[in-house]
Amino acid sequence: MSMLLINALGAALICFIVWWFWLATPKAQRALASGVIDVLVDGGVYTPARIEVAAGQPVTLRFLRKDPSPCAEQVVFADLGISQELVLNTPHDLTLTPPPGSHEFTCQMAMYRGTLIAR
Amino acid sequence: MTVPSNTTRLSISGMSCAGCVSRVETALKNVPGVDEALVNLVERTAQVRGAVAAGVLIAAVKGAGYDAAEMIGAQAEQDKEAAEAAHYRALLRQSAVAALVGFPLMFMDWFGVMPHLHGGGQIFWMVVAVVTLGVMVYSGARFYTGAWKSFKVHNASMDTLIGLGTGAAWVYSTLITFFPEVVPEAARHVYFEAAAIIIALINFGSALETRARGKTSQAIKRLIGLQPKTARVIRDGKELDIDIAQVGLDDTVRVRPGEKIPVDGVVIDGHSSVDEAMLTGEPMPVEKQPGDKVTGGTLNKTGAFLFQAKRIGKDTALARIVELVRQAQNSKPAIGRLADKISALFVPSVLIVAVLTFLVWFNFGPEPVASYTLVATMTVLIIACPCALGLATPISIMVGVGKAAEYGVLIRNGEALQQAGKLTTVVLDKTGTVTLGRPVVTALLPMPEWNENSLLQIAASVEAASEHPLAQAMLDAANTRGLELLRTEGFAAVAGHGISARVIDLRKSVVAIVDNNSVPSPSQGEGQDGGSRTRPPPIDHPHPNPPPERGRGQSVSAHGDDDAVAVLFGNRKLMDQHRIDVTALAPRVAQLAAQAQTAMYLAVDGMLAGVVAVADPVKEDSKAAIARLHAIGLKVVMLTGDQLATARAVADQVGVDEVIAEVLPQDKAAKVVALQQRGEIVGMVGDGINDAPALAQADVGFAIGTGTDVAMESADVTLMRGSLHGVADAIAVSRATVRNIKQNLFGAFVYNLLGIPVAAGILYPMFGVLLNPMIAGAAMAMSSVTVVSNANRLRGFRTPRAEVVT
Repeated sequence: MSMLLINALGAALICFIVWWFWLATPKAQRALASGVIDVLVDGGVYTPARIEVAAGQPVTLRFLRKDPSPCAEQVVFADLGISQELVLNTPHDLTLTPPPGSHEFTCQMAMYRGTLIAR
Repeated sequence: MTVPSNTTRLSISGMSCAGCVSRVETALKNVPGVDEALVNLVERTAQVRGAVAAGVLIAAVKGAGYDAAEMIGAQAEQDKEAAEAAHYRALLRQSAVAALVGFPLMFMDWFGVMPHLHGGGQIFWMVVAVVTLGVMVYSGARFYTGAWKSFKVHNASMDTLIGLGTGAAWVYSTLITFFPEVVPEAARHVYFEAAAIIIALINFGSALETRARGKTSQAIKRLIGLQPKTARVIRDGKELDIDIAQVGLDDTVRVRPGEKIPVDGVVIDGHSSVDEAMLTGEPMPVEKQPGDKVTGGTLNKTGAFLFQAKRIGKDTALARIVELVRQAQNSKPAIGRLADKISALFVPSVLIVAVLTFLVWFNFGPEPVASYTLVATMTVLIIACPCALGLATPISIMVGVGKAAEYGVLIRNGEALQQAGKLTTVVLDKTGTVTLGRPVVTALLPMPEWNENSLLQIAASVEAASEHPLAQAMLDAANTRGLELLRTEGFAAVAGHGISARVIDLRKSVVAIVDNNSVPSPSQGEGQDGGSRTRPPPIDHPHPNPPPERGRGQSVSAHGDDDAVAVLFGNRKLMDQHRIDVTALAPRVAQLAAQAQTAMYLAVDGMLAGVVAVADPVKEDSKAAIARLHAIGLKVVMLTGDQLATARAVADQVGVDEVIAEVLPQDKAAKVVALQQRGEIVGMVGDGINDAPALAQADVGFAIGTGTDVAMESADVTLMRGSLHGVADAIAVSRATVRNIKQNLFGAFVYNLLGIPVAAGILYPMFGVLLNPMIAGAAMAMSSVTVVSNANRLRGFRTPRAEVVT
C-alpha cells in the first residue's frame, strides 16, 4: 500500500516539475507609465523575473544587484545582443526598445533568468 | 521596491555666472528620482543625490544648454575588486565553519567512534542536528533562500539542487535522530556530516572560482592601469595634484616629462613628443604643439606642456576602448547558445532524474532501502553542475577578448571572435591597408646636368601651389632634405597631364646647388630615393650651365622677367604636347611603372631635367603578415580601385593570391558578396570609413588604423595598430579561444553525462559501487573551478609573433 502511494507521489512529483518549471508561466509585472522598472538581482533570481512592456516603446530597466557572487555580475539579453555589467549595490539603468516577442535575460551562466515580453 | 540613494559627481562646462548655477540645479532637480542637486560654480561640479543613472543627469544638463561629464576614475574598479575580495573571504570563512563541523564527524565515522542512536548517543546527535542547522544557516543560507526564490518564479538553479540535496540529508538525519523507530535498525545512519561537508566544499569551490575569475579580467585591468591615478591641474593660478576623478572639463592640466597624460584634451602651451604606442601602435613618438590633441593614457616623453581637458571619465578614448572590450567580453557567440538552451532545461531535468532515482532505489534497492535511496538521490542532486555548463563559453570569451586586446586587436563581440577563426579568405583593401596610404617620393632620376636635390627642389616648388595629393609627398621629401622652396608664378594645372609654372631665381638657386655640394646628402639612410642612388650627382660637371642658357627666350623673355624660367611637371602626354624629348629616361620610367610607382617628368625651359617617382609604399610588415595568413591556410585577395598593372606590382611585392583591381569604392561590397557566393567565409580588412559597406558585408570586418570613431563602431574587429599582423593575431586568438570553449563544453557535458548516472547508481548492479555524496560535492565544486582554470590557460597564449603591449 505504502509502496503504491510513494510511487504515485513520485509520479505526481515528476508531473509537477514538468508543469511548474516548463509549462506554467508566472505573472508578469507590467511596465508603469513612467517606463522605469526596478529589477532586484538577489538570491538567484531577478525580481520581477517576468516583465511585460509595450513593444517598440523605450523602457528602462533599473537593475540593482545585491548578490556579491560573481555570477550576478552581468545581465545578458542574448537575442538583443545586450550585456551589461552590474556594480554591487548600485542601480544600473538599461534603456532599450524591445522588438515584439519574448526576450530572455540571464546572468552569464544563465542561472539567473528573466523574461522581457514585448507586446 | 526601493533603490538606495547614491551620489553622482558631474563636471559641468559652460557655466559662467550664478544664474547658470540655478539653471543647472533646476534641470538636475527636475529629473525624476533626484533628491538633491548641488552645483559648485568655483569647482564647476554638481553633486547629485538620488537613484538616477549618470547618463540621464548628463542629458538633463545638456538639455539646459551646458555640457557635463561624470567624474569617475579607477574608484569603481577598486570598489569592485574590494567587493570581490570581501566575497572571497566570506566564502572561505563560511567554508571553514562548515568544514569544522563536518570533517570531525566524518573522521569519527571512519574510526567507528560514532555514538549510536539511543540513550546518550541520541542526545549527542540531537545537538549535532542543531549545530548542523546552524552551519547550514550561516554557511549555506543563500542556497536555501535562492532555491525558494527561484521556485516561486518557476525557475530552478544550482541553489535548488544544492539546497534540496543538503536539505534532504539534514531532514532525513534529524528525523532518524528523533524517531529512530521509523526505519529498520540497519538504516539508522545519519548524514549530518555530508550536509556540512558538501556546503564546505561548494563554498570553497566558489571561493577558488571567484579568485580565478578575477584573473580572467586582467587584460581590462592592464588597460585601466594605463591611466594615471592623479593629475596636476592649474586652478586659480595654483597647481594642485588631484585625483584623476576630480579633473573637470576645460581644466588646465600640466604634464611633465616622463608622465602619463591623464585625460583627453588639447595642448594649449608648450611642446613635447608623446609615445602613443599603447593606443595606436605607432612606435615613433608623436610631436605635440599647441592645438594638437593628446590622449589619456599615453606617455609624455621629453617636453612639458599644458593642455585643456576635453574628455574625462567614461568619455576618454581609453575608457571607450575599455568599455568596448568589456562589452565584447560579456557577449556570447553561437557556440554558447546550445549550452544556454541545455542549461535552461538542465535543473528541472536533474530534479526528474532525482525522483526517478529515488523511485528505482525505493522499489528495487537492497536493504537498508531508506539509506540507499537517500544517498543515491542526494548524490544525483549534488553532482549535477549546471554552472560548469553555463560558464564554459563566457569565461573563455572573457579571456580571449582580453588576450586580443593585448595584441591591439579590439573584438566587438563573441560572434566576431568565433567567426574570425573560420575565415577562409581575407580580402585586403590596398591603400592604407597593405600600403601606408600616403605617397612618398621613391626615386629621383636627374639628367646629367642636374642633381637629385635640384630636381626635387624645383618639383616641390612648383607643386607647392597644387592641391594634388602627390604634392605633399614632394614637400615632405624636400623638407627632409632641408631644401628651400623657390618662388613661383603663373601656376597652371593642366588637367590629366600635370602642371606648368615659372620659377623665379631658378638659375641662381640651381647653380648654387649644383656648384655647392655641401647641400645635405639626399640619400643617406632615408630610404626614399630607391634606385636613383646609384647615379652620382653631377659634381664634376665643369660648367653646369643649366638649360636656361640654351632655351632662353622661348617663354621667359615673353614675360620680360629674365630670372623666371618655365617649368613643366607631369606625365608623358604633357611632355609630348610640348615636344620635349624624354627618350633618355623612358626605359627607367617603364621600369618604375612596373613597380607601381608614378613617374613624373620635369622639364625646365623646354629641356628634360629628370624624373620624380612617387608611390604609396608597402608597409614594412605587410609581406610577413600575409605570409602568416598563408601559413594558416587562408587565401589572400587584394581589392583596389587602382589600375591592374599598379595593383599587380604591389601584389607581387607582398605575395597575395588574387588581385581584383579597378573596383569603384561602391562596388567593393559586391566583390565581397561574389567571394561569399563562391562559398568562402570572408574577412575584409579596410580603413573603416571608405570601406564601411564592404566591412559590414564581410563575415568579419576588420578596421585597420588607430581606432577612429567610425571604425570602432562599424567594424567587428578594430586593429588599433596599423599592421596587418593584427588580422593573423585575431585569427590565432579566435582559434585558440574556440578550441578552449570546446574543451570546456566537452568537459562540462561529459562530466554531467557520466557523473549523474554514476551518482544515480548505474554501476551498483554490476560493481556494487555507489558514489559518496561528499565526493559528489567535491567533484561538483571542482568542475566549475576546472572550467575557469582551463579558460585561464588562454592567458598564456602567444601568437607566433609575440609582441604584447605591457
